[in-house]
Amino acid sequence: MPLTPVLTKRWLSPRSWTLETYERLEGYQALRKALTATPDEVIALVDSATVRGRGGAGYAAGMKWKFIPQAKEGEPAGKPHYLVVNADEGEPGTCRDTPLMMADPHSLIEGIVITCYAVRADRAYIYLRGELVHALRRLTAAVEEAYAAGYLGKSILGSGFDLDVVIHSGAGAYICGEETALLDSLEGYRGQPRLKPPFPATEGLYACPTVVNNVGSIASVPYIVLGGVDWWTSMGPSTSPGTSIYSLSGRVTRPGQYEAPMGTTLRELLELAGGVREGHQLKFWTPGGSSTPLFTPEHLDVPLDFDAVAKAGSMNGTSALMIFDETDCVVRAVQKWSQFYLHESCGKCTPCREGTYWYVQIYDRLERGQASAADIETLLDVSKSILGRAFCALGDGATSPVTSSIQYFRDEYVAHYESGGCPFGGARTLVGAH
Amino acid sequence: MSSNETAGGPSDVTSAADFNEGATPFDAVTRAEAREIIARYPDGRARSALLPMLHLVQSIEGYVSPRGVEFCATMLGLTRAEVGAVVTFYTMYKRKPAGEFLVSVCTNTLCALLGGDEIYAALSERLGVAHNETTDDGSITLEHAECLAACDYAPVVMVNYEFFDQQTVASAAELVDELRAGRRPEPTRGAPLCTFRSVERQLAGFVRPDDDALHSGPAGEPTLVGVRLAAELGQAAPGYDPATPIPSVPPKNSARKKS
Repeated sequence: MPLTPVLTKRWLSPRSWTLETYERLEGYQALRKALTATPDEVIALVDSATVRGRGGAGYAAGMKWKFIPQAKEGEPAGKPHYLVVNADEGEPGTCRDTPLMMADPHSLIEGIVITCYAVRADRAYIYLRGELVHALRRLTAAVEEAYAAGYLGKSILGSGFDLDVVIHSGAGAYICGEETALLDSLEGYRGQPRLKPPFPATEGLYACPTVVNNVGSIASVPYIVLGGVDWWTSMGPSTSPGTSIYSLSGRVTRPGQYEAPMGTTLRELLELAGGVREGHQLKFWTPGGSSTPLFTPEHLDVPLDFDAVAKAGSMNGTSALMIFDETDCVVRAVQKWSQFYLHESCGKCTPCREGTYWYVQIYDRLERGQASAADIETLLDVSKSILGRAFCALGDGATSPVTSSIQYFRDEYVAHYESGGCPFGGARTLVGAH
Repeated sequence: MSSNETAGGPSDVTSAADFNEGATPFDAVTRAEAREIIARYPDGRARSALLPMLHLVQSIEGYVSPRGVEFCATMLGLTRAEVGAVVTFYTMYKRKPAGEFLVSVCTNTLCALLGGDEIYAALSERLGVAHNETTDDGSITLEHAECLAACDYAPVVMVNYEFFDQQTVASAAELVDELRAGRRPEPTRGAPLCTFRSVERQLAGFVRPDDDALHSGPAGEPTLVGVRLAAELGQAAPGYDPATPIPSVPPKNSARKKS
């Protein structure tokens, strides 16, 4: 499968983050075009393009837009509508929205304006992960440029459509990537998930109809408006069309961002990235971040799209491919992820709060050589108590590396208690999150 | 939080007796900035300003001080307990004065296995501080951090949230030595280093990037490797006609006609 830069196509251009470069390379043409159509036509277009949510859940963006209740013509407008862009990138392994916002912030802003026009929102918030300060600078400058050029503000390009965009920096909490926790955080509370329903489409920010979409989903919109549905769906499988920015990291010769059609395999991506580092072999990998069950070399040919990965027993997630080789201890890897989930569990529900605590206790015992056969069963038992019983997907995600690593590498767990500790010497330096 | 006063309703800060200019670092300028933050949110939704206001507090105090909590509570009509509950939830709010430079070492799985754990241990020993502690000279606060969204540059260290990519034990040791010697090494990506307080001011939304800060820090090789390779190989996405029509959809209310 060839590389197909769409969202990444401007990244090599000098000062790609400026309005000048963006306008020279087709920038804001999609907005002009979208404004010639009705908002419902823009919704229908994006809906038929099936933009599966790039934040990981794969829920089609057009569906979310359609669920926003719209007043019929002649009826008084109801509550205000909002767009909230989820730019709280933090899923371990995930590193594609950050370079996008630094290299091409205007593509996100153009996508925001078109989305807001479609769903009749006059205010959008970009909830940006706090730590991403340089992305904050680039986005802020881009928003200022867009206001000055008439792409934001009152009566955009003379259309009568008004929009204000506010960038809101978070403060360090992975859970705020969960859309309802993000909304609570944006309202000034601890970021804890809300019970659904009601869904954000009817009662989101300030209990008003709200679209929450990931950076990559929104940044795809201008290209779909320009190229049309047939062009977009000519790439990737029909149920997950378009491109994906695959992020390769870890034990790979040339780590980085590779944009290719949805459904590209790891075997193909590794060829582009120069393979696993020289002299070593692939041992395990994540198809879409640490919350997606681990894959092994037997999954090298699984098409990496939402449906094919699910069929193979994992999740496409954020296309974050973390690559590990035979020198990496899977127990230590999962220990560290479990520490992460414990640290980031918001504490709202018992299965996740307590379950992640017990994970960490048991993994510490395993790495110190103080575990027994019963501990593996306890890990599986705890996982059963979390999966499907936690309040939100963070808890479910915490079980993914645990159960999948036991499924594929049970012998390595056994070796940890039979040989009196980590066979990789992993207990050397253990830095845990707290 | 020392005082027993209870915050009242939505406050008119000009009448807030707590803000005696001599007793608080939150002067008229800061109060005006807080009102500017509040104005980013719809009327009646002032509480949304709390997270950026806490960043503003850190830009003045170097951490979220008890009087900073009180400042936010009074400005937003919240109790100090309500503000405290938010402060304790988020990692970036420091409850002890932070050093001039916050050094965050990613020790999540991928960075850890590629050397992040060793880097953190080496810095901890070199600086004589543990997680979330500050050197005696007040120059550096060390922390181990969760995934910093730069896995393709692993192992990664941030200083005041600017990226120092592809670190080793040796390069990270040199980095902190430079910082302690009063120098400011260039980040791999991002703007020239500023102090913790300055960066917190930007996080409050007061970003006035001068030309250098905005334009410095071109993307690194891992960001560009895919597009470079595509250019080399002559690979591209299929072309499109930007004039491709947007299919028309009949207006919804026309379907409501009575038959």
